[in-house]
Amino acid sequence: MFVREARSASRSAGRSACGRTCGVPLFAALLLILLAGPLAAQPSPRLVTDLSQSRIDISYRFAGAELLIFGAIQYPGGRIPDEPPGIAVVLRGPSDPITVRRKARVAGIWMNTEALRFESTPGFYAVATTKPVRELLDERNAAIYEIGLQHLQLSPATAADPETTRSFQDGLIKLRTGEQLFVEQPYGVQVTDRVLYRARIPIPSAVPVGNYQAEIYLIGSDSKGRGRVLARSTAPVIIDKSGFERGIYVFAHENSFLYGLMAIAMALGMGWAAGQLGRQRG
Amino acid sequence: MDLYLPIAEMSVNALVIIALGGLVGFLSGMFGVGGGFLTTPLLIFYGIPPAIAVASAATQVTGSSVSGALTYLRRDQVDLKMGAVLVAGGLFGSVVGSFLFRWLKSLGQVDVTIAIIYVLFLGGVGGLMLKEAIGALRQQRNPDGQPRRVRRHNALIAALPMKMRFPRSGVYVSPLAPFLVGAGVGVLTVIMGVGGGFIMVPAMLYLLGMSAGVVVGTSLFQIVFVTAVATLLHATQSQTVDILLALLLLLGGVVGAQLGARAAQGLPPERLRLFLAILVLAVAVRLAIGLTWTPRELFSIQLAVS
Repeated sequence: MFVREARSASRSAGRSACGRTCGVPLFAALLLILLAGPLAAQPSPRLVTDLSQSRIDISYRFAGAELLIFGAIQYPGGRIPDEPPGIAVVLRGPSDPITVRRKARVAGIWMNTEALRFESTPGFYAVATTKPVRELLDERNAAIYEIGLQHLQLSPATAADPETTRSFQDGLIKLRTGEQLFVEQPYGVQVTDRVLYRARIPIPSAVPVGNYQAEIYLIGSDSKGRGRVLARSTAPVIIDKSGFERGIYVFAHENSFLYGLMAIAMALGMGWAAGQLGRQRG
Repeated sequence: MDLYLPIAEMSVNALVIIALGGLVGFLSGMFGVGGGFLTTPLLIFYGIPPAIAVASAATQVTGSSVSGALTYLRRDQVDLKMGAVLVAGGLFGSVVGSFLFRWLKSLGQVDVTIAIIYVLFLGGVGGLMLKEAIGALRQQRNPDGQPRRVRRHNALIAALPMKMRFPRSGVYVSPLAPFLVGAGVGVLTVIMGVGGGFIMVPAMLYLLGMSAGVVVGTSLFQIVFVTAVATLLHATQSQTVDILLALLLLLGGVVGAQLGARAAQGLPPERLRLFLAILVLAVAVRLAIGLTWTPRELFSIQLAVS
């Protein structure tokens, strides 16, 4: 029963993702077919996925949230392997270009001197795995699927030597990790009976709004112990402001002049009222 | 009590922000200053993005200055003619300031510029106030000493053309001088979210030579208009005014201001000025330390503005 429900959820998730951008799932499907090609005789396992919520509303009480990503592994023929499976769960937010600046001392004062632009940096990126990424996957595969903070493709746009670029990337990752916008949980995925998996992703209050994507990878280990991706499933998540918060945000952006007048009127009204109160009492 | 701010896009403890507004309000009620020079650094220190701290602090100063301005207006202690010139200068300055702000932002030098301006102005004004307050206290101790004469005319300002009479202020001066003072303060209002009273009042007294009775009222009159325009500029150009943040600051501020005004009644004005001078200097020293000591984090992220 549980598996059937989860499967239907995963199917509908796939459909809605296709409605927006058909290219990405198609590409992923092709990739899966290519990867599965040599194994045609031996059908590969599948992942079914569901989320505790596919939409996170930011209301005036919002102080962060937790997203539960869970599901099951369907092995071909129902044969459960002896080895515990490797699972990586990635939650990724919308990407934006950003500029990272580095301070240096100029005439005794610390000020920004160098800057490096990154074309596509996720505003939020969390990865949870069954064991540390480097034990799960080799560098190449981790980079292809962008699993792990060190393997994010940030697309630096400013020409700089690799060492400088590396130090700026590390600075960026450290800053975002400090704000809990980048999260790495090396043992964050729990697997039950080698079939069911779940991961809890913490979402801070300063999370950017937008269309998110949860990606789940099943990683099998080969004879050398290093893994490759056997199956992948995705599910969309929307994080957006709701109610009063959304109203104010939309008003501030679409009727900014009126919004400014309203802010002034509020300030004048409160200041005046306070003066009246003070006069009565004084 | 957590509250999510819709424009700052972060959750804050509402009580902390109200307390912060209350503290600034208390000091402003006690010393008769707007307090914007404290609000902006404190908000940034709390973790509010600087652009939003500056814009919302400007909105708060509008609210905290209006009741004072009305009181002085009722007592006829506002020079409306001089005020109009100062406001005109302030509007010009705030538009210049908003362009300057955008230019600095594209260079990534907003924070350091704000900090340097703060250190220079607060250090300078605080130093002058300290000197004056200590002089006044000393004079009280031995009243035989001759009071120092305040120089009411500045050669540079007297040389400006198109002199006009401002009867309420008791000066005959070119309107260009107050226009430039207003413009300078307008630039600071937009960039730093301050009312600028701590610069305008000494400038009116010592540069323009206005009579002391109308200085504070006229300065408040200018501040209400110019901070309101700064709010409007920030709201339309960068959508950085967080109305909820300004509301919380004002809630604390109006209560704090009443308490501060009451607390000040028992204290002699010379001592009050000495405390204010020390406070202003302390903020300047704190910011100077931030500029010169090795920061814990060398990197910073700026979202690209298309």
